[in-house]
Parts: sequence; C-alpha cells; structure tokens
Amino acid sequence: MSEREFSLRVNGVEQTVNTPPMARLLDVLRHELGLTGTKEGCGEGECGSCSVLMNGELVNSCLVPIAQAAGTSIVTIEGVGAHAKLHPVQQAFLECGGAQCGICTPGMILATVHLLERCPHPSREQIEEGLNGNLCRCTGYMRIFAAVEKAASAAEAEVGAGVSG
Amino acid sequence: MEGERVVGKPVHRKEGLAKVLGAARYIDDLSMPEMIYGATVRSAIPRGRVLAIEFGPGIPWNEFTIVTAKDIPGKNYIALINNDWPCLADGFVNHPQEPLLLLAHPDRHLLPQAVAAVRVRYEELPSVHSIQESESRRTIVWGEDNVLKSYLLEKGDVDAAFAHPDIVVVEGEYTTGAQEHLYIENNGAIAIYSEQDGLTVWGSLQCPFYAHKSLLAVTGLPEDRIRVIQVETGGAFGGKEDYPSMIAAHAALLAMKSGRPVKIIYDRMEDMAATTKRHPSRVRHRTAVTKDGKLLAADIEVCLDGGAYSTLSSTVLSRATIHSGGAYFWPNIRVRSKAYATNTPPHGAFRGFGAPQALFATERHIDRVARAVGLTPEEFRRRNLLRTSETTSTGQVIRQQIDLPGWMEKALNHAGYYEKKARFDHENSGCLRKKGIGFAVFLHGSGFTGSGERYLNSLVGVDATPDGRFRVLVSSTEFGQGTNTILCQIAAEALGAEYDIVEMAPPDTSVVPNSGPTVASRTAMVVGRLVHSAALGLKQMLIASGFLDERSTTEELQAAAKAYIAKHGALRSMSRYEAPPDIYWDDQKYHGEAYAAFAWAVYVSEVTVDLTTYSVTVDDFVALQEVGRVLNPVLATGQIEGGIAQAIGYALYEKVDWDRGLMKNNQMTNYIIPTSQDLPQIRVYFEEVPFEYGAYGAKGIGELPMDGPAPAILNAIAHATGEDFHAIPLLPEDVAERFAVSAPAAQEMATV
Repeated sequence: MSEREFSLRVNGVEQTVNTPPMARLLDVLRHELGLTGTKEGCGEGECGSCSVLMNGELVNSCLVPIAQAAGTSIVTIEGVGAHAKLHPVQQAFLECGGAQCGICTPGMILATVHLLERCPHPSREQIEEGLNGNLCRCTGYMRIFAAVEKAASAAEAEVGAGVSG
Repeated sequence: MEGERVVGKPVHRKEGLAKVLGAARYIDDLSMPEMIYGATVRSAIPRGRVLAIEFGPGIPWNEFTIVTAKDIPGKNYIALINNDWPCLADGFVNHPQEPLLLLAHPDRHLLPQAVAAVRVRYEELPSVHSIQESESRRTIVWGEDNVLKSYLLEKGDVDAAFAHPDIVVVEGEYTTGAQEHLYIENNGAIAIYSEQDGLTVWGSLQCPFYAHKSLLAVTGLPEDRIRVIQVETGGAFGGKEDYPSMIAAHAALLAMKSGRPVKIIYDRMEDMAATTKRHPSRVRHRTAVTKDGKLLAADIEVCLDGGAYSTLSSTVLSRATIHSGGAYFWPNIRVRSKAYATNTPPHGAFRGFGAPQALFATERHIDRVARAVGLTPEEFRRRNLLRTSETTSTGQVIRQQIDLPGWMEKALNHAGYYEKKARFDHENSGCLRKKGIGFAVFLHGSGFTGSGERYLNSLVGVDATPDGRFRVLVSSTEFGQGTNTILCQIAAEALGAEYDIVEMAPPDTSVVPNSGPTVASRTAMVVGRLVHSAALGLKQMLIASGFLDERSTTEELQAAAKAYIAKHGALRSMSRYEAPPDIYWDDQKYHGEAYAAFAWAVYVSEVTVDLTTYSVTVDDFVALQEVGRVLNPVLATGQIEGGIAQAIGYALYEKVDWDRGLMKNNQMTNYIIPTSQDLPQIRVYFEEVPFEYGAYGAKGIGELPMDGPAPAILNAIAHATGEDFHAIPLLPEDVAERFAVSAPAAQEMATV
C-alpha cells in the first residue's frame, strides 16, 4: 500500500505522519510517534487495551485506520497525566490497587476518564457498563471499581480535572 | 504483628506509578538498533513425519534468516524435567502448532505472508486426543504406554475399609476442561548476540533462570555468556513459566544466525493456539463413609491430559495427587494418578497447578457423600474437616493451629447462608429462575512440593547503593501479583527503613542470584523469608562494623551504608534457603511433609440458574481464607478477587474448542472470559495465623483462589436445581441439555 500524509492532533500536539491509509491508529501511535503506553492485547477490538479518546469518544485504536483518524484529536495515556501531577483517575488506580500487571491499565484509565466525563457520579451498574469493553485478567475488577468510585469523589473535590485534546 | 511499620500496610505498588502513567515498558515497547522481526512456522497436523519443506513463490527468501533444527548449535530441547520437548521439530511432529522453522526479516509486515508461503508435506500418522484414547493404548504416541508420569499414594488400609459391612459407598466421576491463561499481554522476546558480548535475551516471562537453562542447552554457549532479563510482564498466571523459554531460544537462534537483534512477538491467535493451557482432567472418587457420616476411606483416580511432551506434567500431577484428598481427615486413602500423552500442544503451568482440577472433584463429591448419608454439606464437613494434629493424606501432621469448622461457620454467616438456603428452598418451587447457595472448603500447599524447595536451594541478596538506597536481589519476578512491593516491604521492615528507599534490583540473571522460579505460591513465604534474613544480615553487618547503632533512623541507616561502602567498596548480604526443621518427605512412597505450610479457605457462592435461557449467574461471593500474615491488604485482596474471577471463568465461561489437538476458538471473540458485567460482588475476608517459617508469618496466596470457586458454584447450582453437574466448564448449552432430558425438572417446568 502506498503511503500518504496524514495530520492529527495527539495529546494537544499537531502530528504529521506518512503511512498507508489503512495503517492502524494503534501502530501509528506506537511506532511512528513512539507513544507505547497504548497497548495491543487482541488486535480485534475485544480487549480494549488499545483504547484512546478520539474527539472525546472512546475507541479501540486497533480498529481505526489512520485515514479515519486524520484531522481528529486523540488523547492517549501519555496525555492524561504526568509524573508531577497525576490525573485523579491515575491517582485512584494507584491507591486502590486498580493496576496489577498494568497492561490493561492505560486503556482502563482512558475508559474511566471517558465514563466520568459523561457520568461524574456513576452507580456501580454504570461503572460495570462503562468498563465492559475493557478486559482485565488480573484484578477481577473489584479494585478497579473502587478506583473509579474514588476518582469520582476526588474529581468532585477538584473541578476541571478533565483532559484536553 | 504490632509495631510493624511497613509490613501489613497498603503501601502503593512499587511499579504502580509507571503503570498508571503508561510509562512501564513491556517487551513489545522495546526496540534495538538494526532490529529485525522473527516468526514461527508451525505444524498443521497433529502427528506425523515431515517429508519436505518447500519455500513457495512470491517471497524474497534470500532476504530472510531461516533457522531449522539443523541450525541448533547445542541440544534440541527446552530444558524442563525430562528434556523431551524439542526447541524445533526435527523431521517429526507430535502436535498441531509445533514449531518447525523460524523466519526473520527487517519488515515485520512481510512475515505473515512468508509463514503462509512455507509449504510442509507430511506423512500423517494416527493421533490421540483424549485421556480415554490415550489410556486405551490403541495408538502409542509417547514412551511405551502413553504415560508421562504416574504416582501411587497410600495411607492406611483402603481395601479393608471398603470391606467393612456397615458402610455407604459413593462413587463419582468429575471432569474439567483446558483453560487458556489469557494474560492480556501476548508472549514475546528480543535477543541480541555478538561473539564479544555473548547472548542477551529480554522477555515477558516468570522465570529468568529457566530461560537461562534452556538457552544454555540450545546455544551451547558457556553459562556466563548468556544473560536473561525479564521486562515488565503483562500477566502470566503460570503461562509464562515454561513457554517463554521456547520463545527465548527461538529469538536467540535467529539472532545468532542473522547477527542482528531479533524480536518475536506473538499475536493473540498464535499465542492462544500454540502455547500451554491448564491440563484437562478426569477424576474418579470412590468413598467409604459410615452411616453416621464419618469418612472412612477414599479410593481416588486422577488422570490428566498432558499433551504431546512431558514438560511440567509430572509436577502438576504431583500437586493434583496430594490435593485430591482435600481438607479432610481420611483414616485410609489411596490415590492413583497418571498424566497421559495426547497430540495436543503440551499443557503447562497454570495458577493452581493441578489443585483446581483435584479440588473441583473433591468438593463436588463431598456434597454428594453428605447427601448419601442424609447430612447437610455443612454438618458433614463439620464431622470430617482436618483438625490440628491430624494427618493429611500423605501422613503430614497439621501442626498449625487451624479451625476449619469455625472458619466455615464464619464464612457461611458472612454469606447469610442459612437464611438464604431456607428462603431459596421456599421460593424456588414453581419459579423458572432458581436460586441456590453452595460452598467449598479447601487447602493449597505453599511452595514447591516435597523436597522441591531443598533442590531449588534458593539464594537471595540485599545490597546498598553508594547513594544510600537498598536493593532486593532476587530472580523472583513481578507480573501483577505484587512481588516487587511485598519483597521491598519485607526488606524495609527488617532494615528499619522507609519503604521508599528500598527498590528491586533488575531481574537480570547477570545481576541477581537465583532465588528460584516465581511459581507455586512460594514468593511471599519462601523468598520473602530469605529477603527478611538477608536484610537483617545487612543491618547486622553495619552494626558489627561499628557504623550503626542497634536502634537507628532511616537517615542514620542510609548514612551508615554510605560510610560502609566508602570504606569497603560494597555492602551486600546473602541468604540461602534452609528447610524448616522436622521436614521429612519420601518421594517414592509419596509420604511425609508435602508442603511447609498450607493456606486454607472457605468460599461461598450464590447463583441464579435461569431455566428459560439456561444461563447461570453468580450473584454473591464470599471468600474467607487463612494465608498466614497478610503482607499488603490491598494487594492480597486483589490477588484473591482476581483469582476468583479467573475461576468463575473456568467454571462457567471458558471453553477451549478442540479439533484434533488444535484450539479452534483462539480469539478473544470466541474464547470468553468474565467482563466487568459478569461478576458478583466478591467479598474477601482474611483470618491470619502467622506461619513461623514464612516472612513475617506469610504463607502462599496466589494460587489458592483458583481452587474453590468452581466446586462452590456447581454445589450452588445443585442446590438451586436439584441437578448434579460433574463437569466444567458448564455452559448454558450443557445446562439446557440436562434439562431437556431430565424428566423431573422438565415436568416441574411444564407445571409452571
């Protein structure tokens, strides 16, 4: 496949890549832009490890061709928080034991950010539904639910914790 | 327990910050200059001779590095117990997906086409695909009789007990299916070789020194020219104990032949089809019980499907054999066990390691034995559960103060068992959504079986860095369970230092000593204990040399370490395994102290069986366990919850669909694991009886939660429906099949 030029905004920064139009957004992020925080688990949209926000929507980046992502604004785990200032969701995952092996964690955190932006005070049922596209094999989800609940109450205390595209 | 500052506290996961930031680097996140990519050509048939390998048209083969068995400089096996597992098949294949040939190329997108373009011609031979076929011996596929390993365990006089006139005899057969680990990170490795620097392999793996041992055999290089480094590992569950040694060897062979760094990353379909699974099992129980409900004798047969090579099957079978008596006192017991060869990819280590299979059978069977003598499951267990100073089936005296009937009562009360049982009995009649509650009481041996820990002879170190920080030196690896955190907690506690100034040395065989494999629920208890003594030793060195007072602050400790290093160059303390006293094990008779300690548990499950859709949902789950001292309550709870989720999958969702040894549903779309919407609230309770020879009283924890959920759930289903199911996974179609042919239930439904 011949390469073409595509531009997109990733974590607030304009990026231009030359790549075949059907290249997966996942591969562009990982290989072209070096953003390896986005993980591949299954390559078929089942596990959610490659979740990113595209124009604010939660997508599986393994299912998005770069041609479709052109002109959009993407947020990856690298754009959620920084060492010096964790996002409340990251802080809650750290404190509650929401991350074990860590491979689903970036996707799980983005799914949580996405959920809390739409539903700042989710019930347990809404959390279960909001995370149902992200598989975790380590935790049995209980610590993750606790982290989401903690992040929801922390975000209440700290207005404006959302991430910017 | 009082006065401990770090142990027992919910300190943050050591590598947690990197994980929540997405900054933790897993194998596929790493890249080397000039790196090329490797792929594996695998057998398409279950068994036969390889007649020819042809390289088809349309591929620039001259650009590829190609490795066959002929290119192996050393020995063609992956080193485990019998060394019968080829690194690359050499003219004969024994299972589908057996590695035949390796390819490497700079363009990773070319590899799938190249693999598909390799044509292999075979002379196919008869193959064997079940325990039944293998034991019939109509076709011999391994050794002289298809038996990879067998054991006989005997205590008392079983035949005499069965000859007793006033007994009730209860028989049953129970089966379990294969289970895929489904760690979310697929397997992978990177290898670099040069004559000057030797071989270095990075991998997603549990056991760096296992990989090291296999590389030693395959490459023929001297020990000090091989270095294995574990990188951040995205889940393992036993699945990265054995197979990563294969991938490491493959990457190494390609790197040695090409002279360039080689990365091999499996995609999900390859990982699921080619790598190990939990051993399928068939367990038969024959039990003699007195009419007033005392267990008299057990005659148990345990059979495992080991797959095409012996790999770890003998040790999995060993644990299954010893655990098959469960948490009961048996005056007489005989266990005959066999692992059979089939033409399936070798089954391997998976959390629980034979115990989940054995205990599924035991705990389902005990409910049926109770019913046969007219007792409730709880009353029958009260009369037969092991007590302190009684002996297990291997004759091991329980020295620890245990109270299984008391713990059972607590768990049942947490679950509201008595009230719910009565209520469900009342409400179920005439209802198509039937509710039930059931439970299991069980045990799990911590550490290697029998003399295993003595053979491992683990070595652990603690050292200090010139800037006054402390490091734990172990080959024990982190893959989500919390190794880094608990070992740093133990070292910090023993040193009297803050948790933040203790870290893990890199899991690199050229840096750390061999503290044994990270398996068998041994890290907290065995390795943790050694970290404790090494840390105490280091502090003692500082005190004895006059750099430190007995009572000191973290700052004084750091200053003393810096001063010591300034004077002596290095500060390091090592500790080697010593068996607890009075440990005796007879490997021939399978008699004696099988484990230094057991963890104990009572799990209670509440279910709904929907007789319209035939689906089973788990509505509530209580998990009470005694694992010795809990080193970190958040991590320990997470281990239990995660294990239970995986075991709920084992019981109700996860079915490997086999076609002549090949997994057909090797995708996440059709091999189903529990999602966030499929699990009940899991309520975790710990009883803590500190174990004298574990680190700060800790015993094993990681595997225990895999053992109990399946029988607890099927016992609850029996309560809900009156139907006994004897096989897992139990899918809606299995429930439907039973009710379609089961007259009583069908009649009852017809009257609704």
